[in-house]
Amino acid sequence: MSSSVKKKGFGATVWDYLTTVDHKKIAVMYLLGGTLFFVIAGLEAVLMRIQLMYPENDFVSAGTFNQLLTMHGTTMLFLAAMPLLFAFMNMIVPLQIGARDVAFPFLNSLGFWLFFLGGLFLHLSFFMGGAPDAGWTSYASLSLYSPGHGVDFYVLGLQVSGAGTLISGINFLVTIINMRAPGMTFMRMPLFTWTTFVTSALILFGFPPLTAGLILLLFDRMFSAKFFDVMYGGNTIIWEHLFWIFGHPEVYILVLPAFGLFSEIIPTFSRKRLFGYSSMVFATILIGFLGFMVWAHHMFTVGLGPTANAIFAVATMAIAVPTGMKVFNWLLTVWGGSIKVTTPMLYALGFIPSFVAGGVTGIMQATAPLDYQLHDSYFIVAHFHYVIVGGIVLGLLGSTHFYWPLFFNRMLNETLGKITFWIFFIGFHMTFFLQHFLGLMGMPRRVFTYMPDQGWDLFNFISTIGAFLMSAGVILLVLNVIITAIKGEPAGNDPWGDTRTLEWAIPQPIPFYNFRQTPLVRGLDPYWIEKQEGNKEGMVYAEPLGDIHMPNNSIVPFVMSLGLFIASFGALYSPLGVADDSRTWAIPVLVIGLVITFGSMIYRSLKDDHGYYVTVAEIEALEEELYGKKGGNK
Amino acid sequence: MAHDTPTVTRTSAQHEYYKQNNKATMQKQVVNFAIMIFLTLVAFSLVGAGFSANLVLPIILLMAGVQVVLQLYSFMHMEEKTAHEIGVVTMFMWTGMFFAFLMILAFVTIIWWNL
Ligand code: HEM
Ligand SMILES: [Cu+2]
Repeated sequence: MSSSVKKKGFGATVWDYLTTVDHKKIAVMYLLGGTLFFVIAGLEAVLMRIQLMYPENDFVSAGTFNQLLTMHGTTMLFLAAMPLLFAFMNMIVPLQIGARDVAFPFLNSLGFWLFFLGGLFLHLSFFMGGAPDAGWTSYASLSLYSPGHGVDFYVLGLQVSGAGTLISGINFLVTIINMRAPGMTFMRMPLFTWTTFVTSALILFGFPPLTAGLILLLFDRMFSAKFFDVMYGGNTIIWEHLFWIFGHPEVYILVLPAFGLFSEIIPTFSRKRLFGYSSMVFATILIGFLGFMVWAHHMFTVGLGPTANAIFAVATMAIAVPTGMKVFNWLLTVWGGSIKVTTPMLYALGFIPSFVAGGVTGIMQATAPLDYQLHDSYFIVAHFHYVIVGGIVLGLLGSTHFYWPLFFNRMLNETLGKITFWIFFIGFHMTFFLQHFLGLMGMPRRVFTYMPDQGWDLFNFISTIGAFLMSAGVILLVLNVIITAIKGEPAGNDPWGDTRTLEWAIPQPIPFYNFRQTPLVRGLDPYWIEKQEGNKEGMVYAEPLGDIHMPNNSIVPFVMSLGLFIASFGALYSPLGVADDSRTWAIPVLVIGLVITFGSMIYRSLKDDHGYYVTVAEIEALEEELYGKKGGNK
Repeated sequence: MAHDTPTVTRTSAQHEYYKQNNKATMQKQVVNFAIMIFLTLVAFSLVGAGFSANLVLPIILLMAGVQVVLQLYSFMHMEEKTAHEIGVVTMFMWTGMFFAFLMILAFVTIIWWNL
């Protein structure tokens, strides 16, 4: 609504972002929030690596190390990688399918605020008696006995932010099913939209088991229920199952969108359509489906028995088939293309071998007998960082360069970008490659220190230097962003010159309603088709210019999330089960928080909000202001 | 900026049509609701009557299954063959149920029976 208003005051801008339901602004908030948590978790990683630089180091204590370890893993996965991917999904998916917004703009904003306040709550634990320290998996046999409130922060924080994730996932499912422009059939959807779709389905099916597990853990810790307590007839293995039924799909929730991003970058800079589009779609769906049948490969050493281990081992190895299909399709897209090695393409080319290395060690771990050797050693740490950093983080960094002009109408500096890539890429392999061997030499994971002269000293030292290099890479990227913000020139649309999909056809800066007229999609890679046919405008339209229906901004999602944030403190300090009555204040806090949340839900249900119309005159005035003279057909 | 509320105008034929439609749906829902209440009553009285657990348990489980399907098809609109993208919705429902079944199977076999 307000993008036509130039130069707003600080307060007005903050209010605008607190209330916005525009998917593009929510994308920017996800980008900022995700980056914040990425930097925090990265710092925790560096602190851990400094501690492990020398044997018997005393840089941090064992207890602090456990907290850093837990917060690093939890933050990276739930509060950095996922929100950053959500940033790209929010920005790109509606534009790619020709929609003016997501299906439920209100829920989109609610999802963001739940994620952010949940993450904030989790991080306040550092200042309120100590962070969770039972690992990101928080196995019940350990977490039940963790003193203090750390694990309670974990449970409540993840519960709140997990609700946000679930809401966003459902939103994307509905958006992709319902909001595609005319002609955008399922089999014409760009691969990033496809992977977002499958990822959202995984969120839909994967997060409820986590929610259930967290509730049980909450009851065990706060009300002395005995679901997981073996001493009272509970079963601690149930937590492990519930966690991994969620946990394995979670890794695909993260990596599939990264696959999607690379599937956009690679054809663009190979200047060739994606090889084997339909097999890519099929592989994506198959990976998503198989992702739910393999969770027990994290539990081979628990003692499930040979039959169960064999079934889960074979099922896990089966996933290599669709994943391999994808890798070959990327290679065949590059093969014979007219390749342009830009920064995003460099990241893509670096991703393929790195991810394959992580996949191969994954198959090794899927071999149950071998896993008895590898389990809980640094080999595992090396494996998952190869897929996570080599797959997801390279994808995020590459797409940051690729999509920056779409977000901000500016190009990041290419030379600096390439330097960043090399520093980060070398640092990444330096950190994690040698950890495979540390694992094979017997170094266990999740230890805060080790004895000298076991042959581990040098490799650990090199590994830490690699972590410094990676940090330098991230700092360079931040510098690049700052320089671009200060000096950048408007990039215009299609700044890369070879883009193929609808999002690049929109004039820059993108008006808040995205498309003045809903586009008509005439095939896969619609923008490419129009360019080939010499259509200067980049799209054809499915409707005449008319009034545009848009949703109203609302502060309610923020208030609703704030209520849960407040209620979480009440729940955390609940006086139940505490001997003295010094904590009775927690009850009103809990009640007030819940009243705020449910009150705003009731308000939202009772007050009809039908949105508003942007008239043709307003559209034309805005476009004249944004792009000068009028253009386009009517 | 304009904040008018969009209003939907219908012809009287349309109005009649929707009214008829709503009435039919309403009837169907009330009937289904009655069936569901009845099944619930049966379940409670089976337990109350003190039959052997070996009889009561399977019957209750069976009726629970019926309830789920009734719920899905009558209240969650899965019976509407012509509804927008109903195929996708149905596919999602059954996939979800398949995953849930798989979980239960795994729990029963490898946690509790310890095969
Ligand atoms: C970029 C540089 C990174 C460095 C230097 C780094 C370093 C580390 C270290 C030292 C550990 C502890 C290993 C152990 O003792 O078992 C660890 C664990 C972990 N990291 Fe990273 N990491 C990085 C990036 C990431 C990213 C991007 C993610 C996810 C998106 C991630 C997810 C995890 C997880 C899940 C754990 C396991 C935590 C646990 O055992 O509870 N890491 N990392
Ligand atoms: Cu797994």
